[in-house]
Amino acid sequence: MARREAARLLHRLGPLAVESPTRGMPHSQHESTNRIVNSCRRFHWIPSLQRPLCGPTTSGGIYEGQSSANKACEVQKRTFGSAATHIQRNPAYSELNSDDVSYFKSVLGENGVVQDEDRVMSCKCRLDGRLAVVPQGGNTGLVGGSVPVYDEVIVGLAGMDKIISFDNVNGILTSEAGCVLENLSKLVENEGFIMPLDLGAKGSCHIGGNISTNAGGLRFIRYGSLHGSVLGLEVVLADGTILDMLTTLRKDNTGYDLKHLFIGSEGSLGVVTKISVLTPAKLPSTNVAFLSCNDYKSCQKLLLAARRSLGEILSAFEFMDHHCIDLAMRHVEGVHNPLPASPYKFYVLIETTGSDESYDKTKLEAFLLRSMEDGLVADGVIAQDISQATNFWQIREGISEASVKVGAVYKYDLSIPVEKLYDIVEEMRCRLGDSAEVLGYGHLGDGNLHLNIVSSKYDDNTLGRIEPFVYEWTSAQRGSISAEHGLGLMKAEKIHYSKSPEAVQLMASIKKLLDPNSILNPYKVLPQSVL
Amino acid sequence: MKILVAVKRVVDYAVKVRVRPDRTGVETANVKMSMNPFCEIAVEEALRLREAGAAAEVVAATVGPAQSADTLRTALAMGADRAVHVLHDQDPARPLLPLAVAKILRAVALQEKPDLVILGKQAIDDDCNQTGQMLAGLLQWPQGTFASKIILDTEKQKATVEREVDGGIESICLDLPAVITTDLRLNQPRYATLPNIMKAKSKVIKKIAPEDLGVDIRSDMEVIEVNEPPKRKAGVILSSVDELLDKLKNEARVL
Repeated sequence: MARREAARLLHRLGPLAVESPTRGMPHSQHESTNRIVNSCRRFHWIPSLQRPLCGPTTSGGIYEGQSSANKACEVQKRTFGSAATHIQRNPAYSELNSDDVSYFKSVLGENGVVQDEDRVMSCKCRLDGRLAVVPQGGNTGLVGGSVPVYDEVIVGLAGMDKIISFDNVNGILTSEAGCVLENLSKLVENEGFIMPLDLGAKGSCHIGGNISTNAGGLRFIRYGSLHGSVLGLEVVLADGTILDMLTTLRKDNTGYDLKHLFIGSEGSLGVVTKISVLTPAKLPSTNVAFLSCNDYKSCQKLLLAARRSLGEILSAFEFMDHHCIDLAMRHVEGVHNPLPASPYKFYVLIETTGSDESYDKTKLEAFLLRSMEDGLVADGVIAQDISQATNFWQIREGISEASVKVGAVYKYDLSIPVEKLYDIVEEMRCRLGDSAEVLGYGHLGDGNLHLNIVSSKYDDNTLGRIEPFVYEWTSAQRGSISAEHGLGLMKAEKIHYSKSPEAVQLMASIKKLLDPNSILNPYKVLPQSVL
Repeated sequence: MKILVAVKRVVDYAVKVRVRPDRTGVETANVKMSMNPFCEIAVEEALRLREAGAAAEVVAATVGPAQSADTLRTALAMGADRAVHVLHDQDPARPLLPLAVAKILRAVALQEKPDLVILGKQAIDDDCNQTGQMLAGLLQWPQGTFASKIILDTEKQKATVEREVDGGIESICLDLPAVITTDLRLNQPRYATLPNIMKAKSKVIKKIAPEDLGVDIRSDMEVIEVNEPPKRKAGVILSSVDELLDKLKNEARVL
């Protein structure tokens, strides 16, 4: 039933446009929770009106962090448009009127449509008519991809949280797109499997959103990208067509593999409604070590050595600098520093996952002792039980949340060749001096740096010193300005730093083919100039 | 002064425990096993006493199958000087009970002659909270259980122990040698650092069989069946006191 509704809705959307607010943000969701009725319907349509150009918050990153940050201090908002180009509301989009609202109600029922009562505007004259739409999942995106810019209608998929099936012989999970990642993890873990991805936002993010943004996460080094793990999708296109590619086959070389277009397209080519994903077997033995290194070069050499010595059991290799550790110790609850005596510059977290506990532990110990003798590792600890391992992970996963508590955070997610990865952090420190604290941490094993710059409040001056320098620098290294977070709204006009004009043109052609009226997630991903 | 610390290998605290399908016991295959958290605290306290100069040697001991050596290695990696492993293969139908363990530890203590024996207050798998007390009884030594603070006076050969009891904190003074069992708030156990793990490789683990100690550990108890507790039923909201009385009388049968 949901699919037909979805199709009808999108079909109707063809002609409509809505003014909608920054409803998507965690903030306003907290305030207006009593308005949002959690229904059994498949979609939530949230047409409501607000002042335009209320940008989404940068700190819309981690949901849990947001709620606790709210209690502790006022979380800062930042308008994405500040230093970037000023985006005008495209007048070609129509505006919502009461006919449209009643149509939505007819499809979804009274409860499925949420409106901000005091802001509903009366009938506006209908223009040529195209209703813009923003698909929204768990709202944990870090580039504003799930938040309306003007008055787009939010299509909330939280209601589509059914698990369709789980094949516990092959480990193939089929579910609707609105399932929360943590819930799926728990389900498959009960059956002896694990989800191929894991991220700090797992308590709130939806699998549909993960797939639409091609999320990376902590297990990437071992299980690879979602392009490899996703077996099939069901996608609803802009004109209401339901594209059923929901297969559970491992191998299917019949024709062009269309699902890859939608994985990572951030909702701009179609709305993902069902997914089937391959889940790897849950291996019993996990070992986690927390190490300190003197300099970045040692971290790199350690990575190389880990790949060689730990090989098939290596499942995570994360690094962080001492600024991150200090921050985590100050702001994350319930953690204690495993290496208090070390005043070292860099810290590395290594996790191994395998099938034999004692074999893995011996291997890991041998590798670490050798690394110590070779001078790669200055000091380190190995977790002796699960609580200790959890503590190590809490430090690493808590850095992002901790940075929000300090004040204003400027987040960048860059893919840079490993040798040069830390150079940008040091350059930014030079550029910013005392005005902000620069944190560098990330998935070293994947060459992915999370550059977080923290200061007491947002100001354009600081932003001006960061952008566009950081993008230009990354571009010069032929790196990616968005390793795993996506382009969203924040980097929509910046794709040229990492992709050639010909490639961008082809992307625009594909977008025009699949979404000729450009109603899906407008103003995002691709620059306005090519569309 | 020598301190003997007894440790136990148990299912990891964070693991969700399941009953084996044949109902003979708890599922332990492919499940993470670690040192009992209270035993970790005991090892930590012993190490702190040694670092404070009150003790010269910390010896870790365990009773269990071959894999229990891992637990001893953890104790050695934390900083214990050497270890004693009393080998005993577990039969799930006839598990080793606290009394048997206490008898074995008594024999070990008579061999090692420590001034202090520290144990965790209870193991998280059986929750017996008996071994320390029984050991003290068998040795005829004083005991300070549920310790939340230990102060040693090596000159006077006394230990002042603050115990967590139901009414609050009780402070007692024990003549050494004594048996102390640790409670949660005593300390925060340290991590096993790489240098210590390296040193631990050269530390000695002495293996003994219970027969060598002259202890008879035949169990008088046999486990017949292990089941999960019944699932909690949902509560019912009642509309009146009469209904409550009716249910108490006829359903719960307590009136």
